[in-house]
Amino acid sequence: MAGPSWHYVRPIERLKATSIIVIAKLRKLRGVLPIAWLLALSACSEVVLNNPYPREEWRANVLYSSFAERPKHLDPARSYSSNEYAFIGQIYEPPLQYHYLKRPYELIPLTASRMPRAEFYDAHDRPLAPDADPERIAYTLYTIEIRPGIRYQPHPAFARDAQGRLLYHRLTPEELAHIDSLADFAETGTRELVAADYVHQIKRLAHPALHSPILGLMSEYIVGLGELARRLREAPRGEFLDLTRYPLEGARVLDRYRYQIKVRGRYPQLLYWLAMPFFAPMPPEVERFYAQPGMQERNLSLDWYPVGTGAYMLTENNPNRRMVLVRNPNYRGMPYPAEGEPGDAERGLLADAGKTMPFIDKVVYNLEKETIPYWNKFLQGYYDTSGISSESFDQAVQIGSQGEITLTPEMRDKGIRLLTTVATSIFYLGFNMKDPVVGGLSERARKLRQALSIAIDFEEFISIFANGRGIAAQGPIPPGIFGHRDDFNPYVYEQRDGQRRRKSLDEARRLLAEAGYANGMDQRTGKPLTLYLDITASGPDDKARLNWYRKQFQKLNIQLVIRNTLYNRFQEKMINGTAQIFIWGWNADYPDPENFLFLLYGPNGKADHRGENAANYANPEFDRLFEQMKNMDNGPERQAIIDRMVDIVRRDAPWVWGFHPKRFGLYHAWYMNAKPNLMAHNTLQYRRIDPGLRFEQRQQWNRPVWWPLGLFLGLLVLGTLPAIYTYWRKEHRPPARQEGV
Amino acid sequence: MLAYIVRRLLYAVPILIGVNLLTFLLFFVVNTPDDMARMQLGMKRVSEEAITNWKQERGYDKPVIYNAEAEGVERFTETIFFQHSVRLFVFDFGRSDSGRDIGHDIAERMWPSLAIALPTFVIGILVNITFALLMVFFRATYVDLWGVVLCVILMSISGLFYIIGGQYLVGKVLHLVPISGYDDGINAIKFVILPVLIGVISGIGSGTRWYRTIFLEESGKDYVRTARAKGLSELQVLFRHVLRNALIPILTGAVVVLPLLFMGSLIMESFFGIPGLGSYTIDAINGQDFAIVRAMVFLGSVLYILGLLLTDISYTLVDPRIRLQ
Repeated sequence: MAGPSWHYVRPIERLKATSIIVIAKLRKLRGVLPIAWLLALSACSEVVLNNPYPREEWRANVLYSSFAERPKHLDPARSYSSNEYAFIGQIYEPPLQYHYLKRPYELIPLTASRMPRAEFYDAHDRPLAPDADPERIAYTLYTIEIRPGIRYQPHPAFARDAQGRLLYHRLTPEELAHIDSLADFAETGTRELVAADYVHQIKRLAHPALHSPILGLMSEYIVGLGELARRLREAPRGEFLDLTRYPLEGARVLDRYRYQIKVRGRYPQLLYWLAMPFFAPMPPEVERFYAQPGMQERNLSLDWYPVGTGAYMLTENNPNRRMVLVRNPNYRGMPYPAEGEPGDAERGLLADAGKTMPFIDKVVYNLEKETIPYWNKFLQGYYDTSGISSESFDQAVQIGSQGEITLTPEMRDKGIRLLTTVATSIFYLGFNMKDPVVGGLSERARKLRQALSIAIDFEEFISIFANGRGIAAQGPIPPGIFGHRDDFNPYVYEQRDGQRRRKSLDEARRLLAEAGYANGMDQRTGKPLTLYLDITASGPDDKARLNWYRKQFQKLNIQLVIRNTLYNRFQEKMINGTAQIFIWGWNADYPDPENFLFLLYGPNGKADHRGENAANYANPEFDRLFEQMKNMDNGPERQAIIDRMVDIVRRDAPWVWGFHPKRFGLYHAWYMNAKPNLMAHNTLQYRRIDPGLRFEQRQQWNRPVWWPLGLFLGLLVLGTLPAIYTYWRKEHRPPARQEGV
Repeated sequence: MLAYIVRRLLYAVPILIGVNLLTFLLFFVVNTPDDMARMQLGMKRVSEEAITNWKQERGYDKPVIYNAEAEGVERFTETIFFQHSVRLFVFDFGRSDSGRDIGHDIAERMWPSLAIALPTFVIGILVNITFALLMVFFRATYVDLWGVVLCVILMSISGLFYIIGGQYLVGKVLHLVPISGYDDGINAIKFVILPVLIGVISGIGSGTRWYRTIFLEESGKDYVRTARAKGLSELQVLFRHVLRNALIPILTGAVVVLPLLFMGSLIMESFFGIPGLGSYTIDAINGQDFAIVRAMVFLGSVLYILGLLLTDISYTLVDPRIRLQ
């Protein structure tokens, strides 16, 4: 059979011929190739392939951050968690704020023109002196004066037509048909912030559909708030609830820029609440705008699109992907503080003193559910700051022989800085004081708890499970809060060799024996003592943690049974007071000792009063002192009472005091004015970045590496060649001759 | 065929009611309306009054499945089950317990899921079939042997390893694509490349082995011997005859998953920051958002039934002998 002649050319000869042709063609192009190569290189010099952001943002003044979980609420009447405050803290402006640099934390005016002063009155409306006996104070008036000229962010709710009528307050279904987000409204408007907006927001705390978490607490203090809540609940359902028609005695407008809050008795902690978004202004027309039919169906609500006077406004809210804050064009601008605490100037924190804030134009929060991609992107320069997860701990920091924590050389080479701070939080192991074995104020139960407090070595816990990121707590009040003392708990620690050391296990065993459980045996029943830890645990990390707890109890020959339940059942046990030992925590709402000591106040017990005293601890002496201390001004007298209270709870040991976590933050060299502030919510405007330096670093750190890809392709081709040869042989082998044919 | 399709769709109704009932019972065995309220309202300073109000507003204050205090048919209709289920059958998913419109969220999140799942599916099938055919072509040679070994190795590696390894190698070491993220339109390509590549590679082991088995079984049949006897090349035999006749088992596995593609992949989307539907149900379970859970389970069931129906229809397209009656 005749065929094309190339069938008879050997493959190697064909390859040779092809190579000659290609080389000849390349020779013709030799003058052009270097130029093309240079052009390609120059074109590529700015090209970084792994930059996840749009090219126009590469050199822009944009800060990149992330969120792992979508915020549940952005309505200031409902929002009550730190991940939500990260957003609304930049948008809403309550009358007060915390000084960014000063420590201890100091309240200063934000939209208020000066700090509100408390005026005390007795039951006959007669004014009282500031140092009046608290028993005589029937109510307190706080007059808040706001600065004129503060304007809201541009928003369609404020847009007006030529006649001055609100444009988008009578939207028809046809008009709404083309609306999918706020950006779809052609017009926006603004208006000046007035005192009535603050009063309106205080009324919103009583709105039945908003379920404000602080309604219960504030009803105890703000005159008439509880009554307003009752009236609003009786209002017809399904209709827009116009709060402007409902007066509130405890919050009233005095004039355009002044309003007054009336609280029962004396409640100095109100000032701290006035620095939280719960007391931020809310324009009534914005509420009406969002209440129109058809808005909810488009997910257009106040809970999703906040409206404020702050430095930033939320322009994109896609919690499945990203949330974007953009500089509010109507923001008045605030000067960067000119003073801080000692050392701030040396750390460069006063370099921007007096400059107008905010410094950053736009902040992009991307959804990053996993820590590993986030960490890698931080190292590539695509995130400006990072925490340190357990996976990246060893790569980020190293612990010296004296326990000092420093950055690894890799981090230092990148110019990354480490800032640490002790959180105003506490994690503890609590005893249910209603439990017949571990609870109660009897000497037997107290000694059992004290013995356990010695045996459970939280220093070891911090070292193993928190990579050393925490300090063992000596009482309920964390460092940085008035009332905290740098002493130690004498019931758990002792001074040995000039150092604070945990008491020996022999001491714990002695206490245990005195409690009637010598060597872990109940002397009354003759049976081994078994205790129960109620917990919700599911992950592999939890297993190690639970084993650790078992071992701690085992030190005293006490058997610990882990009652691992679902979260809901655990909550039920806590509410019903049927748990025995549990792990709990608290994060400060405001920097006042009352916010921690109330966790042990008897009338605040969880089982009986649905309060936050999870241990159901009730000591009449402690309760009496708490009532005395809670409304006092900070000073030596208050400190003395706190010292007595702390001593009582240290002795009673309703909690094994656990630890205060230490927060580690990593910051790139281009990130300025970084100073952890655990109380302030509007910190973003203080931050500054150097986009030029960031761009250069990113380019340097992220050059594409091609050669492994070439190598892989080469190996693939080499690996395929024998297969092609096999195929060629199979297709062209002559038919096998059979023997004898 | 139309009668067959209508009949199958009618069969789906009791199945969907059953699935819905089962989801409902399982959810409320674990969670009570009080738990749901506490989860939505937060754990700090929540009063009993707020919990009661929350339940009233969303209709969770009614009996779960049987209202003994009501009269007549209302004993069944004035219940959480009825009130929260009946609208599903007209695809009105309502609002989530946190207040978002579920239909709107699904419509928004399905596209990123599809952007990953569809190319992974199509490229994966093409690659797997090609590799499987090549292994059959080179059967009993070193290519086949090492191909099978490689497939077993690929099958033995955890999916998470592919993701973390892929991100590390391609994104972190070689700097060729972003490690994670997403963008709209054409800009999505650079974010989609790596997850699709990882999705395809992680599926090669099992996919290729499965198709190889099908093709090997097919290639031993008489019509293949006849084709070879006619003088057709091995490539022609495989790609023109064997592949065509092996389509029924391929379709059985492929078409049924087609409608489910838009439900997304939990781990892949989580690691790559893809704003898809993959984590929607899990997040809802964690957040005790029953409205989303029932909507997503219902939708999953509908799509699965639809997938099975499409599979049956596709049989008639590839094998003219099959008639749906």
